[in-house]
Amino acid sequence: MDRRTFSRLMLASAALPALPRAARAVVEWDGITDIARGQTVWWHAWGGDPKINDFITWVGELALERYGVTLNQVKIASTADSVAAVLAERDAGKTTGGSVDLIWINGENFAAMKREGLLYGPFVENLPNWPLVDMAGKPAVMTDFTLPTEGYESPWAMAQLVFEYDSARLTDPPRTIEELKDWILANPGRFTFPKPPDYLGVTFLKQVLYGTMPDPSVLQRPANPATFRRRVAPLRDFLATVRDALWREGRAYPENEAALGQLLADGEIDISFAFNPGRASAEIAAGTLPDTIRTYTLKGGTIGNASFVAIPFNSGAKEGAQVIANLLLSPEVQARAQDATVLGFQTVLNLAALTEEDRARFAMLDLGLATLPPDKIGPALLEPHASWATALADDWTALYGSGD
Amino acid sequence: MTRLLRAVPGLTLALMAVPVAAGLAATLGPALAPGALSALLAWPGLPRAVMLSLTTGLASTTLALAITLLILATLRGTRAFAALLRLLSPLLSVPHAAAALGLAFLIAPSGWIARALSPWATGWSQAPDLLILNDPAGLSLTLGLVAKEVPFLLLMALAAWPQIAAPSRLTLAQTLGYGQTAAFAFTVLPPLYRQLRLPVYAVLAYAMTSVEMGMILGPNLPPPLSVQVAGWMTEASLAQRGTAAAGAALQLVLVLAALALWRGAEIAARHGLTGMATAGLRLPGLDAPARLLALAGGAAVTAGLIAGLAGLALWSVAGLWRFPAALPESLSLATWARAAPTLGPITGNTLGLALGSAGLALILAIACLEAEHRFRLRPSAPALWLLWLPLIVPQITFLPGLHRLALELGAGGFAATLAGHLVFVLPYVFLSLAPAWRALDPRFATLAASLGASPGRSLWAIRLPLLLRPLLTAFAVGFAVSVGQYLATLLLSGGRIATLTTEAVSLSSGGNRRLIGVYALLQMALPALVFALALLGPALLYRNRRGMAA
Repeated sequence: MDRRTFSRLMLASAALPALPRAARAVVEWDGITDIARGQTVWWHAWGGDPKINDFITWVGELALERYGVTLNQVKIASTADSVAAVLAERDAGKTTGGSVDLIWINGENFAAMKREGLLYGPFVENLPNWPLVDMAGKPAVMTDFTLPTEGYESPWAMAQLVFEYDSARLTDPPRTIEELKDWILANPGRFTFPKPPDYLGVTFLKQVLYGTMPDPSVLQRPANPATFRRRVAPLRDFLATVRDALWREGRAYPENEAALGQLLADGEIDISFAFNPGRASAEIAAGTLPDTIRTYTLKGGTIGNASFVAIPFNSGAKEGAQVIANLLLSPEVQARAQDATVLGFQTVLNLAALTEEDRARFAMLDLGLATLPPDKIGPALLEPHASWATALADDWTALYGSGD
Repeated sequence: MTRLLRAVPGLTLALMAVPVAAGLAATLGPALAPGALSALLAWPGLPRAVMLSLTTGLASTTLALAITLLILATLRGTRAFAALLRLLSPLLSVPHAAAALGLAFLIAPSGWIARALSPWATGWSQAPDLLILNDPAGLSLTLGLVAKEVPFLLLMALAAWPQIAAPSRLTLAQTLGYGQTAAFAFTVLPPLYRQLRLPVYAVLAYAMTSVEMGMILGPNLPPPLSVQVAGWMTEASLAQRGTAAAGAALQLVLVLAALALWRGAEIAARHGLTGMATAGLRLPGLDAPARLLALAGGAAVTAGLIAGLAGLALWSVAGLWRFPAALPESLSLATWARAAPTLGPITGNTLGLALGSAGLALILAIACLEAEHRFRLRPSAPALWLLWLPLIVPQITFLPGLHRLALELGAGGFAATLAGHLVFVLPYVFLSLAPAWRALDPRFATLAASLGASPGRSLWAIRLPLLLRPLLTAFAVGFAVSVGQYLATLLLSGGRIATLTTEAVSLSSGGNRRLIGVYALLQMALPALVFALALLGPALLYRNRRGMAA
């Protein structure tokens, strides 16, 4: 009997419930890594950033070397394409051997997959590295746009909205929504946001709401059509006031985060924003942004969320996918992701829970020129309930989408 | 053998009918679901989006056709024509997204033209806030489409050229005192247009349904309908798929309406032309301005495409490149080095799919046309529509149905992906080849038969060699279409077959001009090679046959 067969038997054995919980987890995990060996995992991950693609390649090398799992990235332009593919497979009765083994996901895409029952799990709490995750300090790792993840997706990076500006051109950037409004009016044509329903554009609308609403706590509950107009009145005022002073007088908007970043690089705008606090440093390191770019956040905090990986119900390599999810949570991989010259993503781990040696990996990191240190980035505001994203995008489209 | 050949057109149609029906069902089914149509009608941008689709589609097709015909009428045989042809034919294979991004970088307020003139001529030290790209009237989009379609139409016209005995017609008309332009319009245009009609329809349908070009160059408040449909389709909660389907159905109706409008204009133009011809107008005064327009149009298209691509090529080796620097501040091969390791397998996949699908499509097209020739078959109107549907239904809603079909059949991997490509490649190959094939003088076959040659021998020894140029052109067009497939490849292979285009599209979603530059050049290189062979092949093989080498 080889080791793999033995582990499978162990998994099936009736004696298992008698083992203490922790011991059982170890046994189960050994079984999972045994089955995973030799599997090929197809990870559907947005392919628009070569830095991220290179990082995934590196993770794949680790996975092959340590666990015998082959990782292939399917570079996609839109996560919704992959969600739709899994949905189509389910509708066609393909319940095993699906095309997607692991998917980079959060927010609405996750909500849609969970609602449709397209996810495998819960698997997250079984991952050996899960106890290292900072559940108390970073509640977003278990609550995705107010939706409890319930172990169906595993976090791998923290994101927080940061504003970017060229310090050579601008010395004192606006630090509240009110100041931003005044700055836009005083500097016409030098600010814009991605066109809603782009997620970063909608995030900006949410941030304006946070900064102008009397009671932002209502954002944690589903948007109520009856009170929606009243709730968003301050946002509508803000948009109506600044519209003519936006880039292109508000008659065109960049398509997405990448297009917005390009406008900053081209000098078409003076203030930009991104969801990755380390983006600016990483771009400076790559020589594609001038080294005078700096980042800042708003007084009172900016919206933060987490990036996750989830496993579709019909994956043919669920064990391999869990091995990858666990590997992504290892201090070694997390520290590399946080390196400003690699990705500049913020870690999901609780540094206090790490060994001395692992903590040192993070302490050694150079933040890069533009990244705010953890004590300067300010509080991360919770993502509003997913229904707000749709409602805000629809409202914006109704008001401005026809160009009148 | 004969029985088999006789069955080929029917078999080919059946082969197409299943995927087309599945695709259409996926488009129309959800469109009829309750709420889908009302959600579409509730979208405030709808009237403008519909107008934009129509105006940009019709205007760009008219302009592209006009420039193509003017070039053919006034420049053929000149050195400018030879130069234009040499420059334009490889550009045919430039993927739409790459051409659009190149043009966008050229004309944007922070683009190359503005950089070249700043700050010394314009006084701009930072990019001006001008709405040039994404202009609400869709002018940039129209120009982008024109630039992209002129090479296609020109090549299609040249493929048909040998079959219409143009030189003798022109010579005759000119000896009767007609101006160059008038001679072309009265004697060459009617038979030429008959062969160019299907490609022109394809151009019109493409211009109205293209997503990439509209996204990059088109207005965005509201965008053209095709772009909005794509946006609904990829909306994260999957809640707008019904709206997308209704939008796609509307798009289909719009394309049909535009085609009908175009058909009407064709008839009007024919009457006009006949009237002028019977009036005996010689119009020699038209030649100088026509030549000027042809030169200007041809030069603008060529320069725009080439400068745009040169800009992208420069970006692929650029370090930091800020406004208003006309050239990058530093150069680096980092982007190419980063792309290099994956290029081998990706190029292999791309080549395999393109050679396979274009080859199969060419064989099917030849078999269909030969069956048509031998058994005096005429394709029925429904058959033609079937062939046409994949081209005029927006791909983004059509493909999920194809995907579903593949899943139901349990098909996947390379074979399913190849079959998916074939659905889009075959119509182009067929419509590139059919006009030339049908226009081949039937007396060649009669003569061969009277000398005792079997139908097979007549095909292999006489007609195929005579049709070498259109055959190669059709193959090259099919090859380029296959190379350009994004969604078909992604969906049908489950993302597991990476090609130059899947790689390029996912990377361009990040807007990184450096990488887009690398992949645009690579995406262009393969089809350019095939097109070069299509042009050079006949020239080399038939260098001692006058009238066939050119």
